[in-house]
Amino acid sequence: MAELRRIAIVPARNEKGAIGDVVREIRDFDPGLDVLVIDDGSTDETAELAAAAGAIVLRLPFNLGIGGAVQTGFKYAVEHRYDLAVRLDGDGQHDPAELPKLTAPLLRGEADIVVGSRFADPDPAYRPPLARRLGIGFFAAVVSLLVRQRVTDTTSGFQALNERGIRLFADDYPHDYPEVEATVMVVRHRLRLQEVPVRMREREHGRSSITALRSMYYMVKVLLALVVGMFRRTSPGRSG
Amino acid sequence: MTPFRVSLFATIASLLLILVVFELIRSRRLRERYALLWLLTGVVLLVLSAWRGGLNTIAGWVGISTYPPAVLFAIGTLFILLVLLHYSTVISKLSDQNVILAQRLALLEERLRSAERVRES
Repeated sequence: MAELRRIAIVPARNEKGAIGDVVREIRDFDPGLDVLVIDDGSTDETAELAAAAGAIVLRLPFNLGIGGAVQTGFKYAVEHRYDLAVRLDGDGQHDPAELPKLTAPLLRGEADIVVGSRFADPDPAYRPPLARRLGIGFFAAVVSLLVRQRVTDTTSGFQALNERGIRLFADDYPHDYPEVEATVMVVRHRLRLQEVPVRMREREHGRSSITALRSMYYMVKVLLALVVGMFRRTSPGRSG
Repeated sequence: MTPFRVSLFATIASLLLILVVFELIRSRRLRERYALLWLLTGVVLLVLSAWRGGLNTIAGWVGISTYPPAVLFAIGTLFILLVLLHYSTVISKLSDQNVILAQRLALLEERLRSAERVRES
């Protein structure tokens, strides 16, 4: 296990209040884990603070959105030949202490991608707003149906991937609100997906990127992508 | 039957469209690949404007008996939709390429910075 090259991919946009602690916390928890912060066009000192805390920093010249930012991290992981990647949000809502739960199925060779779910094991402490809960439940149902596997949290950015997962996402990753589409993509590419229950914290700084008004657009857009995605070939010469 | 004045003005308008597109290509403000659809639009409208018999025949096919020039509007609208759709695909492609460029830039900058750090130390 010590020989595995491991990287933590942390997308961040205007997270100067949280990013330093997020990076330090990850490094304290696992010094062997390289921390990569992707600064998605921040207008504050996110990049400087992340670098000062000991992270490798990729600065996007302008805001690409969460999908484009995260994919940059996967591309970095491929170029630098990492064997294992974990993904955490830059706002501190993902606790590094939960990481072993995510990486365990990968290390046992049981899965290619592991997603930390807030709902697999209902946590009474975590209650998102009603609209958000409905959206999450709706997509969980749709995605579960599509991938023929029970999925409870399709909006979780708390994930761990092995090298196959990293390569898939470096190659092709959905935009805007990527997790729902990515879940379906993973299964269609015959990669093994597993969910593990995790706890998440209340966000310390900033707000969710998904506001109430955007939720509608989000749902329609993702539904369109899912439906069209079913008619898309996964890779040349192979249909699925 | 198409009124003569309608044909005349529609012909002049189509010719103007073709001329403007031609001038834009000549002055290199419009690339040929994006001009083709516009030229096709101009030529089709020009032919149907000038060739009144043809316009009447087509109107008959699609069931317009009262006012054949309506076909010109319909075809004009159709081509505008085609051009817009084409532009949507162009914009999608450009924004995809834009994302890839931004990602490459960020990766290369980091590579450059770390190479400089190695050299300094």
